[in-house]
Amino acid sequence: MTAPNHRWRKFKNAVVQTLTFTCAILVVTPLLLVFYHLIRLGFSSINWAFFTQLPKPVGEPGGGMANAIAGTFILLGQAAVFGVPVGVLGGVFLSENGSSKLTWWIRFAADVLNGVPSITWGIVVYALMVVPMRGFSALAGGVVLGMMMIPLVMRTTEEVLQLVPGGYREAALALGIAKWKTIVQIVMRTALKGIVTGVLLALARVAGETAPLLFTAFGNLGWAHKLTEPIAAMPLQIFIYAISPYDDWHRQAWAGALVLLVLVLAVNFGVRFLTRDRFTQRT
Amino acid sequence: MQARAGSRFGDRAFKWLTLVMALVIFALIVLIVRELTHGSRLALQKFGWRFLISSDWDPVNGVFGALPFIFGTLVSSAIALIIAVPISIATAVYLTELAPLWVRQPLIMFIELLAAVPSVILGLWGIFVMVPWLHNHLVPVLRGLFGFLPLFQGTNYGPCMLAGGIIVAIMIIPIITSVSREILRSVPGLQREAAYALGATRWEVTRIAVLSYAKKGLFGAVILGLGRALGETMAVTMVIGNTPQITASLFAPADTLAATIANQFNEATGNLYTSALFEIGLVLLGVTVLVNIFAQLLLKTFAGPSVKPQQ
Repeated sequence: MTAPNHRWRKFKNAVVQTLTFTCAILVVTPLLLVFYHLIRLGFSSINWAFFTQLPKPVGEPGGGMANAIAGTFILLGQAAVFGVPVGVLGGVFLSENGSSKLTWWIRFAADVLNGVPSITWGIVVYALMVVPMRGFSALAGGVVLGMMMIPLVMRTTEEVLQLVPGGYREAALALGIAKWKTIVQIVMRTALKGIVTGVLLALARVAGETAPLLFTAFGNLGWAHKLTEPIAAMPLQIFIYAISPYDDWHRQAWAGALVLLVLVLAVNFGVRFLTRDRFTQRT
Repeated sequence: MQARAGSRFGDRAFKWLTLVMALVIFALIVLIVRELTHGSRLALQKFGWRFLISSDWDPVNGVFGALPFIFGTLVSSAIALIIAVPISIATAVYLTELAPLWVRQPLIMFIELLAAVPSVILGLWGIFVMVPWLHNHLVPVLRGLFGFLPLFQGTNYGPCMLAGGIIVAIMIIPIITSVSREILRSVPGLQREAAYALGATRWEVTRIAVLSYAKKGLFGAVILGLGRALGETMAVTMVIGNTPQITASLFAPADTLAATIANQFNEATGNLYTSALFEIGLVLLGVTVLVNIFAQLLLKTFAGPSVKPQQ
């Protein structure tokens, strides 16, 4: 007597299975489409000149993005210098001092800070550095990316330090080793791979940021010789090319986007692959 | 003795060092608020609360009102949520409850990679692939089906509110999906087993035991997605058309708070113009911070008592 009802329930089950599966496919589709178009439209413009030459003026074909590629790495280097020590040591504080009201608030503030729109960071650093220094600069670009990295790195560092078993700390302390040495030489060393992963992911994340660089690093069609000069960066250059009306520049934008995406995804994919067993087993 | 005294000093110094570094977080918050209020004081003095409800944006005559941008931000985020929420939660359900095990890992990786795609690249794809496709295919279809609604009337321009909403949806889907997945994973296994024991099908287990249990957390995931949607800048500015206007049509160009800063800041001449853009930044900060606080509170109170999965 319950058979029709049972069949109806099984049918509903199958419908939901299919629907959720379709949604999963829908989620993946944009990534595949973006990749497809990047390769179709960008791959042909990637050549030796793309990596070694400066942009050519409008109308002249060829040229490259050498300055933007170098600029991105210079900005990331600065961001690491400004952001990583603060982030990592702050993460150590959160992880190694138990939980108190203070750590709760810091954690909470870091999570909220992670949600601050990147464009807001851009105008803040504009007011903080570009106005007093009377000009856009590579330094301001590095500072803004570094600031954005701090909450990211702090939270991931804390997370991986928490994964280090408490027994390690107790064993070291029982041997009479000072607490700070225990933290630096044993806890942080055990979690080193995880800390580096967190830093690399944060770098990959800010590497693609455009909005905060618009009013800080500004962009540059040539080389920047000093950190006090405006500097080019890949995402900025892609943006400028993309909204321009020239076909040559559009091709360069596609090529630049392809290179940037491959770079960002390679870091993401690489660190996941490297630390795979570690994280899936422990958590 | 000496060594011990030395290490005690070392401990204290190290603790202070790490504490100061952790406190930088608060310093950053103070810095953001201070610079934005300082930067926008001219506009704050001149326009007061009218800034939020006036829809005149006239740089030439020095009259600034943010309403069209607030409108654009809210509508594009709403479109994004309408598209992203069902898809993301369904995908999270599929990933934790329904999918065969071998599908889960690769799918999760794909979603994480999508989250890593820089917004400017999605914007580039948006300008040259998505907007033309919308213009030529989706908009005519929508107009044919729902043309009686004012939402789907009006000239078919190309860059438009709908395009902005869709691109934001693509950007927030990975976030909502992965946070929802974490939430669903933290539902105790016993909940499910109890429902299975009553003879429920997989979907019934999910609906009765999992989804109703995780409601609050999933709501938190959605609000977190909303926070990101409100602040999305580059991809939106590239496809939304950057025209501050309030119209019912989703096919008309629009503008958002974040997009307008990206667009106009470097061209802003005169202190009042710059100040008005700073005030837009302040409004944007206020809204996103409130939304994020709400999301974090939802997620933290959800994860609080029940986060430890039972064996």
